[in-house]
Amino acid sequence: MSERILSVLVEDKPGVLARVASTISRRGFNINSLAVGPTNIQGRSKMTIVTELESVEQVKKQLNKLINVIKIVELDPENTIESEVLLLKVSINKDTQTSVIEKASLSGAKSVDVGSDYAVFEMTGASKDLDKLENLLKPFGIIEMIRGGRIAIQTKL
Amino acid sequence: MSEEKLSGAELVVRSLEYMNISTIFGLPGGAILPAYDPLYDSPIRHILARHEQGSGHMAEGYAQATGELGVVIATSGPGATNLITPLTNALMDSTPLLAITGQVASEAIGNDAFQEAYTVGLTMAATKHNYLITNAEEIPQILLEARHIATTGRPGPVLVDIPKDILNQKVEWIEPKLVDLPGYKPTLEPNPKMINQAADLIKKAEKPILYVGGGIIHSKANEELFELATKFQIPVVTTLMGRGAFPDGNELCFEMPGMHGNYTATTSIQKSDLLIAIGVRFDDRVTANPKFFAQNAKVIHADIDPAEIGKIREPEVPIVGDAKSVITGLIERLEGSDLKTTDWINELNQMKKDYPLSYIQEEKGPLKVPFVLEELQKLSDEDAIVVSGVGQHQMWISQHWNFTQPNTWLNSGGLGTMGYSLPAAIGAQAAYPDRQILALDGDGCFQMTCQELITASTENIPIKIVVFNNGNHGMVRQWQKIFYKNRFSASELTHHTPDYVALAESMGATGLRMIEKSDVKKVFEKMLEINDKPVLVECIVDPEDMVFPMVPAGGSNDVVILNEDDLKKL
Ligand SMILES: Cc1ncc(C[n+]2csc(CCOP(=O)(O)OP(=O)(O)O)c2C)c(N)n1
Ligand SMILES: [Mg+2]
Repeated sequence: MSERILSVLVEDKPGVLARVASTISRRGFNINSLAVGPTNIQGRSKMTIVTELESVEQVKKQLNKLINVIKIVELDPENTIESEVLLLKVSINKDTQTSVIEKASLSGAKSVDVGSDYAVFEMTGASKDLDKLENLLKPFGIIEMIRGGRIAIQTKL
Repeated sequence: MSEEKLSGAELVVRSLEYMNISTIFGLPGGAILPAYDPLYDSPIRHILARHEQGSGHMAEGYAQATGELGVVIATSGPGATNLITPLTNALMDSTPLLAITGQVASEAIGNDAFQEAYTVGLTMAATKHNYLITNAEEIPQILLEARHIATTGRPGPVLVDIPKDILNQKVEWIEPKLVDLPGYKPTLEPNPKMINQAADLIKKAEKPILYVGGGIIHSKANEELFELATKFQIPVVTTLMGRGAFPDGNELCFEMPGMHGNYTATTSIQKSDLLIAIGVRFDDRVTANPKFFAQNAKVIHADIDPAEIGKIREPEVPIVGDAKSVITGLIERLEGSDLKTTDWINELNQMKKDYPLSYIQEEKGPLKVPFVLEELQKLSDEDAIVVSGVGQHQMWISQHWNFTQPNTWLNSGGLGTMGYSLPAAIGAQAAYPDRQILALDGDGCFQMTCQELITASTENIPIKIVVFNNGNHGMVRQWQKIFYKNRFSASELTHHTPDYVALAESMGATGLRMIEKSDVKKVFEKMLEINDKPVLVECIVDPEDMVFPMVPAGGSNDVVILNEDDLKKL
C-alpha cells in the first residue's frame, strides 16, 4: 500500500488539532506524519496528514464530520510537491569536522551553527532526502534531530 | 433593548427562551449557579433531577419522544463528568441534545481549581461538537449554533461549557445571526443519479428487503416508508432503533432482525437479493459477523451520515441524503413499476408461521416477561410510549410489543446504557403529560437510577414503571449459562432486596406487586388508573428464562439458535 496524502483545511479554532488527533486515535488510524500551520486565508489552517491506510476513505469521512474541518483533499502523488524541514545536531571533532560538513552540504543541508564538538544542520526537502542525510551522519553520532512533518501542495489546479 | 446590559447567565436563559425551549433538566452547583438565578424568573420549566446522569437521560427521553432538542444543564467538575454517559448515549443513538455546563472562572482554568474538569476535552469524543465560551457576547450565537448542529444532519449531542466569570460578565444582547458554518453542510437531497441506480436495482430484485432503522424516525419519514413498502410490496425489517418506523402487524412487517431478532427477519436478510438499507448503520447486533451477512444481496445504503456508508459493508449503490428525500425520490422513480415479490412475501410469511416467537406461560408457574408484556399491551393506549432498560427485558419488549407509531419506543440501543429507562420516561412524560408513559425496566437497570423516582413524584410526573424482577442481571446470567458453564459470577441480585413496593412508597410513588398469572390483569388495571403520581409495579418473573432466538456475537446469521435445545449447535 502506497502513501496517501490528505490536505485538510480547518478553521483556526482552539482545540481543532486535538479534535483531529482524537478522531484519528479514536478510530485506530495510523498516521506517518501530521503537520499544521497557517494558510494565506485569514482564520484557516492547513493540516497535511500522511497515512498508508487502505481505509483512507473512512479517515476522510470521519474527519469531515468534525465541524471545524472545512475541506479535505487527497493529493495526487503524481502532481504533488512535498517538503519537510529538519534540524540535526551531530558530534564532531577535529578529525571529522571537515568530512561531516562536506557530506552534509553535498546532501543539500546548510550548516547553521558549528562549535568545537558539534555542528547543527538545517535542511528542507523531500522526506527521503532528509532520511538520507540522517543515515549519512549517523556514524558520527547524532545528538538530536527534529523534523517538522511533511507538508505538500498540488501543482496542477 | 440594546442599551440594556445583561449578564452571561441572563443571556443563557434568554437564549433558551429565544429558541422556544419550554422544559430543561438539570441540577445546580457552584459554577452554574449564576444561570440558575435568572431561571428562577423564567417561564422555562426546570426539572430537578437527583443525579446528572438522570438529567441527561431525561433530556434524551424528551428528545426521543418529541423528535425535538432536549436540554440539560449541569455544574462544572462532577456535574459535567456525570453527563458523560448520557452524552455518549445520545451520540450513539443520534439524539439531539444540548448540554450547558458551568466551568470554573476563566483565570482558574488549568489550575486544578475546585470542581474543575477539562469538560471540553472529556466530552470531545462524547459529543457531535462542543464549545468553551470565552466572551459572554458569544452566548446567543453559540447556543443557536449548538442547537443547529444538534438537530440537523445526523442529530447528536452538543455541549457548551461556560466559565463562571463569563456567566457574570455584563454585555449587550446581540441578536444571533443565521447559522452558517463553513465546515458543516449536511447533504439532505440525494444525488438523483444514485436514486436512479437504486430504483433500477429495486425493479430487478426478486427478494428485496427494506432494512430500516432510527434514521427513518429522525427524518420523520415513516409515512413515505409506508408508501414505498406497500405500493411496491417490499417486505420491511426494523432495527432496534427503528421499531415503530413501520407498523408491526402490517403483513409486510417482519420486525427486528439480529442477535435477538426473530428468525424470519434475520433470515430474510440472509436470503435477500437486495438490501435497501435506509437510516441504519449495519450494527454488529444486526449483522453478527459481517462476512456472513447478506452474502447473496446487493446493497443500496442510504444515510445522512456519509461516514456510515461503506464503514461495515461496501454498498453497490451509496446514497447520501435525508431518509425522507431518499424515499420520496425512490417512490417517484419506481412509479408504475410492478415488483414481482408475491412469492417472496409468501415465503417469508410461511417462515413466520414455521418459526414463530414463542413462550410458555404456565397457569401456576412463574411469570414470563413476554406474557406480562402482551397482557399490558392489551390494556394500554395505542399511543403509549414504552421506555426500556437494557437486558433480557429490553429484547423481549422489542420482540413482543407491537409498535405501530414512531417515537413510541425509547431505548438505549447503541451504548446499551443500564439506568436509561426511568429518567428517560420522566423526560418523555414531561413532553407529553397526558400520554401513557411506560418505563419497562429490569431490576438491575432500575437500581442504577432509581433515585429519579423522587424526581417523578415531586414533579408530578405520573410515569408507570414496571420492574421485571428476576433477581438477576438476567442477560449476564444468560451468557454465563451459555458461554461460562453456569458459573454465575457476580450476576445475582436477589429477589427481595430492595423491597420495591416499599421503596416506591418511600419515594412518593404507589407501589404494587404481581407474582402470579392471576395478578397480572388486575394489577395493571390498577396501575393504569393512577394518573396523579408515579406508580411502580414489581413484577416477579422467572430467573431461568432465556431470550431466544439468539445469534451469538461474531457468529453467522445463517445459524440462528431458536431455543435451549438448539444451543447444542454451538
Ligand atoms: C451501565 C451498564 N453496565 C453494565 C452493563 C452490562 N449489562 C448488560 S445487560 C445487564 C443486566 C441487566 O440486568 P436487568 O436490568 O436486571 O435486566 P434483565 O437482563 O434481567 O432483564 C448488564 C449488567 C450495561 N449494559 N450497562
Ligand atoms: Mg433482571
